[in-house]
Formats: sequence, C-alpha cells, structure tokens
Amino acid sequence: MQTRLRMVLPDQELIKLYEKMFLSREFEERCAEQYAKGHITGFLHLYSGQEAVAVGATAGLHKDDYILSAYREHAQAIVRGADPRRVMAELFGKSTGICKGKGGSMHLFDPSLNFMGGYAIVGGQFPISVGLAFSARYRGEDRIAACFFGDGAVNQGTFHESLNWAQLWQLPVLFICENNFYGIGTEVHRSSALASIHKRTCGYDIPSEKVDGMDVIAVYKAVKYAAEKVRESGHPYFIEATTYRFRGHSMADPAKYRSAAEHDVWKARDPLPNFANQLLEEGIATREQLDGIEAGCARLVDESVQFAEESPWPEDSAVWEDIYV
Amino acid sequence: MSEMTYRDALNLALKEEMRHDPSVFVLGEDVALYEGSFKVTRGLLAEFGEERVKDTPISENTIIGVSIGAAMGGLRPVAELMTVNFALLAMDQIVNHMTKIRYMFGGQTHLPMTIRMPGGGGSQLGAQHSQSLETFFMHCPGMRVLYPATPADAKGLLKSAIRDNNPVIFLEHELLYNSKGEVPEDPEFLVPIGQAEVKRAGEQVTIVGYGRMTILALQAAEELAREGVSCEVVDLRSLAPLDTETILASVRKTGRAVVVEECWRTCGLGAEISSIIFEKCFDVLRAPVRRVSGLDVPMPYSRKIEKICIPQAETIKQAIRDVLSGGY
Ligand SMILES: Cc1ncc(C[n+]2csc(CCOP(=O)(O)OP(=O)(O)O)c2C)c(N)n1
Ligand SMILES: [Mg+2]
Repeated sequence: MQTRLRMVLPDQELIKLYEKMFLSREFEERCAEQYAKGHITGFLHLYSGQEAVAVGATAGLHKDDYILSAYREHAQAIVRGADPRRVMAELFGKSTGICKGKGGSMHLFDPSLNFMGGYAIVGGQFPISVGLAFSARYRGEDRIAACFFGDGAVNQGTFHESLNWAQLWQLPVLFICENNFYGIGTEVHRSSALASIHKRTCGYDIPSEKVDGMDVIAVYKAVKYAAEKVRESGHPYFIEATTYRFRGHSMADPAKYRSAAEHDVWKARDPLPNFANQLLEEGIATREQLDGIEAGCARLVDESVQFAEESPWPEDSAVWEDIYV
Repeated sequence: MSEMTYRDALNLALKEEMRHDPSVFVLGEDVALYEGSFKVTRGLLAEFGEERVKDTPISENTIIGVSIGAAMGGLRPVAELMTVNFALLAMDQIVNHMTKIRYMFGGQTHLPMTIRMPGGGGSQLGAQHSQSLETFFMHCPGMRVLYPATPADAKGLLKSAIRDNNPVIFLEHELLYNSKGEVPEDPEFLVPIGQAEVKRAGEQVTIVGYGRMTILALQAAEELAREGVSCEVVDLRSLAPLDTETILASVRKTGRAVVVEECWRTCGLGAEISSIIFEKCFDVLRAPVRRVSGLDVPMPYSRKIEKICIPQAETIKQAIRDVLSGGY
C-alpha cells in the first residue's frame, strides 16, 4: 500500500522532489552525451536509477547537516544545491568548476552547502564523516553527518572501524548505504557473506533499517525519522536503501554481467515515471505542470553544458596552487 | 631556559597549545588513561578532560580519518599513532585523503592537523617495530614532515606544527625521549617550519642529519675535532619542506658533504639531498657526497647485528675521513 502523498508533504514540496529527481536524471544523461563527445573525460559514474535515494534523503536532512559521498555523487551535490553549471564545468575540467577543475567528477565539494566531498577510495568517507560528527558535538553544533556509500564499501576496514567508533563515542552519524546490488561487476552475494547489509550493524549495536530506494517518499520518511533520532540521541543510525543503477558502473562498463530480465524488472520501478504518476493520480500536479518542470530542467542542463564549454581552462600556474595553506 | 627531557618538552608543548586554543584536542591509542605508551601525553586527561583527550580503538586508518573530519569541521586535532610502523595501516587516509583534500577540492578547505609518531630503530624491537619511514612521507606532497633532534626543537616544532594550518607529520625518535637539553620557557617560543639549523659550525665537511642522526653527527664531529677535523653539522629539523638553502650554503663553505639517514638507503632522503647538492653546487665539491644510511635489510633483533644496520657515530666518522682523504 502506497502512502497518500499529501499526508507526507505539502504539494509544492512533493513537486520539488520530482523536479530534483528529473534534474538529476537529465544532468546524468547529458553527461553521458558529453562524455561520448569527448568533452568529459576520465572516470564517469552516473547515478541514473538511484535518484530517489539522493533526493529523498537530502529532503529528510537539515541544511546544516553534513553530507559526504563516494564518486557517484553528482546528484547528491546538485540536489543539495550545487550549481549544475559549475558542476558541469568541473566535469569539463574548467577553471569555473566547483573545485576549479582540480577534482573532476569524483571529487565534488562545496562547504557553503555542507557538502563535504566525493571520495574515490572506496570506504574513504567513513572515518571523515565520523570526524565531522565529532567536531559538531565538540563545538556544540546542532548538526549530524550523513554518510552515503555503496554496497561494495561495507567490506572495507574503515566501514567496521567507523561503525564501531561512531557508536563507541556516541556520535551523530547517519550511515546511508545505497545498495544497488553491484560493486562494479560483482553482485552483492559474491562479495558479502551476509548480503542483507542493514543486518551487519548488529555487531556494533547500531539500529538499522532497510528501505525501498526506488520510492522517494519511503526514503524521505526513513531518513527524516532516522535523522531526528540521531539528532536527539546523538547516536549513529543506519539505513540501507535498495536501488539500481540503470547504466554500467562507469562509462567504460557495458554491464554484461547483468541480465536484461533483471534490468527490466528494475526499470519498471524507475522512480521518475512512477512518482510522476503518483503526483498525477493524486491530483497534486497536472501533466502540463510536469512538462513545464521537465522543460525547465532540460534548459538548465543546456545552460550548464554551454557554460562549461565557454568557460576557460585553468592556468598552468594552478597546478602549484591549493597544496598548502 | 630550563633543562628538561625531549619527552617533557613535547608534553609541555601539548599542554601549552591546549591551553592556548580550545579547538586543540588529542586522540590516539592509550593516550588518555594510560597517558601514552611513551608517556608523552602524561597529565593531559587530568587537566583537559575526556572530550579533549581521547582514547581510541586500535584503528589507525580511522584515527587519521576522524582527525581529517574533525579538522575539516573546525578543530585542530593532534593524533598520536603509537609508533610510525602502524602509520602504514593509515597510509590510505594519510596519502589518499589527508594530502589530497585541499587540492582536489580546489582549496575550499584546509586541514590543520598534526600526527605524532614515535619511531626509529636501536631498541631491539625487531623488524616490525624498528622502522624509519620518513622518506615515505617526504615523497608525497601535501604535508609537512618534521623531525626534531633536541628537546628545544621538540617543543618549538610541535607548537608550530599544531598552529600550522597544513597537515603535519611529526616524527619523534624513541631513543631520544630521555635525552636532556635546555628549553626556552616562553610559551610563544616557536621553531619555524622549513628552517634547518647549523648545530655546529665547521670548515672542512658538512654533515647533514635529522632526528637522532643529528645527535650522532654532533658526537662524531666532537670526536673528530680532537683529531683536528672541523665539521659543520646541519640539523634539518624540517624534512618537508626541506631547507635546501641552509644545506647548500654550508656545502659551498666546506666543499664536502656527508648525509646521514636512519632510513633505508635505496631512494632514501640521503639520495635526494645528495642529488640536490650535486645539481646545485657541483662546482664547489671537492669530493663526492657520501651517504651514511640504514642498511637495506629488515631490522634484525640481535643486538650484535642490529647495530650494524643503523648509522653509528663510528660509521659517520669513517665516512668523514673518507671524503677528506679521497678514500671514497
Ligand atoms: C580502495 C578501493 N578499491 C577499489 C576501488 C575500485 N572501485 C571503484 S568503485 C568500486 C565498486 C564499489 O561499489 P559500491 O560501493 O557498491 O558503489 P557503486 O559503484 O555501486 O555506487 C571499486 C571496486 C577503489 N576505487 N577504491
Ligand atoms: Mg554498488
């Protein structure tokens, strides 16, 4: 049984959730196109399919809360408020990029939004999230640290070290596992002895739950509840959101290890058309309204590409900048 | 000035900086209740309490990751890794994260953090507890690497490290903790990062050392002075950034150089410094630069053979005689 949407959020906010999911998808699909044209180079990991997780979770957090993620993080940054034009410029390697073209796709960062980074060493963001949560408590700040990571990251030492540490020091960390069932080409049962990831927190006595990561409202509700619990108690909490990436691991991966049938099952659960239908069925938005929103997102992404194309390359002297204070 | 040990000088630096800045906190394995495995953090828990003096699990990589996050969040962590050997478990957070974050995020954050690491050989602790890994850190841009030889430098450098807005690796030699020296009492006494010091002036040979190697170099210089040989001892203090000016000025004066390194010879800091000297003052050299290094072997336990793996005052003296006599 699906929840009646209006019982959860006001109409305008529900429509915003759709807009953010659509913008994320549009951005990612345009990245793929720009990669094919050779404008984006290096590694490129797209988020298409997983939008309900970033959008639902971010809506459940406060603006002051820290967000950290891995390398599949464009959507998390944009949904948090990063300017898509400057994110696209970053991917193009231009000096107007969100990190001056020095980070690239995997290393977005915007401290003004408390978006504390995309990290490309699997599991690297766990302890950093714990440290940020400690600084918040130490300084008496009312904020928590939300740490996003994949199913593949839970077999890293830092995962276990950080779960233990967060609970031992009683720190406000919300761990959010985006279980898309694959770490590159390795299906979760082939890498984890216990593939039901949320159960793995029992060794640290951290409460956890599993949520449908294709349902933006379910993610929103779970994260909102969890974030409040973390905020009130100061203790960690763990959410596993099951989801699926519609593309390969990166642009270099044709994803031959997954069957077409499996892909179709998940494609039928695509959060974009499904949530749009819910909005229409419950009379929250009209088709025309959604068309307008979609066109607006497409325009913004067009502008982003144009901005990135027209932006200047970094000066050679930039290589020596920003190493030391 | 008052006389104190290297250990007490470090301890005093920690206390002064914690009094000076409430954002400074200390974390590490057994640093609080147990007061540190080398007792450098003695008295901190009693004075500063549990939120500022934190015992951690035995999770080196996470000790550094938590320090990174705390620094990003506005604190000034001083982490202790029980010994430098265990830093190898934290190389992911040190090299892949700590030294990259400011750069890859376009200068939008900085990490004012210090990692203290006791290390070095000579205590018969065997292959896994006797390493000198300074070159590992020097090789990687994005962090400062400091290694004091005397109590005064230990205090002044640690205070500078804690106040610096960059990540600092702070190496301490386990055999120096009980060494004594005069230390300035002024709580604003700081030793600047990036400045070597001529610890003994001389005319015929420059000996470049750091950490315990400086102490051995001074001993060798003292003994050779009785034979009429005049050595200048340059104590690096800061391995990164390296004060090449002070090294080169000394070599330009003496025309000869012996570099003493406790680490393995292959790709060691001695190779780097020799190369800088050859590149920058080949014209004044009267003999090839000579390296005195740790042997390229895992450290053996037995006292008899451990000794030959680590530079000694005797081996330094022999190297100096060689460069003076052309016997290289
Ligand atoms: C320490 C480390 N080991 C290996 C890799 C190579 N690698 C990059 S992504 C990845 C899979 C991670 O999968 P998961 O955590 O499930 O994230 P997803 O890609 O599904 O979002 C691997 C093995 C890496 N970047 N870092
Ligand atoms: Mg995955």
